[in-house]
Amino acid sequence: MRDTIRVMLNGDPRDVASGRTVQTLLGDLGLHPKLVVVEHNRTILDRARYGETEVREGDTIEVVHFVGGG
Amino acid sequence: MNEELLDEPLIIAGRAFRSRLILGTGKYRDNQTMVRAIEASDAEMVTVAVRRVDLDRTKEEGILYHLDPERIFLLPNTAGCYTAEEAVRYARLGRAAGMSDWVKLEVIGDRETLLPDVAATIDAARVLVAEGFHVLAYTNEDLVTALRLEEAGCAAVMPLASPIGSGLGLVNPYFIREIKRRLSCPVIVDAGVGTASDACLTMEQGVDGILMNTAVAEADDPVRMAIAMRHAVRAGRLAFLAGRMPRREVATPSSPVTGMLA
Repeated sequence: MRDTIRVMLNGDPRDVASGRTVQTLLGDLGLHPKLVVVEHNRTILDRARYGETEVREGDTIEVVHFVGGG
Repeated sequence: MNEELLDEPLIIAGRAFRSRLILGTGKYRDNQTMVRAIEASDAEMVTVAVRRVDLDRTKEEGILYHLDPERIFLLPNTAGCYTAEEAVRYARLGRAAGMSDWVKLEVIGDRETLLPDVAATIDAARVLVAEGFHVLAYTNEDLVTALRLEEAGCAAVMPLASPIGSGLGLVNPYFIREIKRRLSCPVIVDAGVGTASDACLTMEQGVDGILMNTAVAEADDPVRMAIAMRHAVRAGRLAFLAGRMPRREVATPSSPVTGMLA
């Protein structure tokens, strides 16, 4: 089993550690789960499911948050 | 005199706001200035945008590090969206952030003027209302579009004063008055206000509130401008409620014309 898998993360290809869930991936990225929203393969993930949702090779993940806007 | 009693609260989707001023949170030179301007403005609701997290952390952190949703109501927008589908996606992401079911719907139709794609806005409004959103829809000052948005179930309709970020002020007061006259839902003028007199004149048309961003954020002193806008919105509102004197093409003296010395 390879140590890393390639995913599309916020529009860019990125190698992340294999065997990660969304929860642990956010931890690797230093992001607070309550301050971001995750879209996994175009489906918005309920925060309660971060811990059980595995990140797999080829997944498309978007991590968004609120920024200043009018 | 208790000035609070001179006006009703602004009620949108059953939620009451004392302030009729809604502020955007974009384009401030720093977050501290933004927070101070919001506090000075007395606004109880501010708009925020949904964007990708910068995973390399070279930019500002998310706005929730600076604004407390317990103290100020956050209204996620769909700014920057050019199709109904895209706007619906952003609205859902904003709702998933867990603040509320409210969204400021904005579907842009032209990159140069940032004028809205009204057909796409109506389509997106119908989808979002069916999903239980309270939709506050940005639109142009077209009466028929405003009527369609209200029919679609929008909680508020938000015609522009002039293009986003232009600071040109209220270009079409007649149609803004017509929209206000014909709609039952709140009418909030969104975009185009440049300075305090624009805000005052807009409120004098009888609309329910104003949403602005650039006029405050790009002022030389945003905190001072926020205070000016607080007073201007209030002044325009009270002037509208007070009812202005008729316009006359002739002068009429204010002092008695009798009793003059011989």
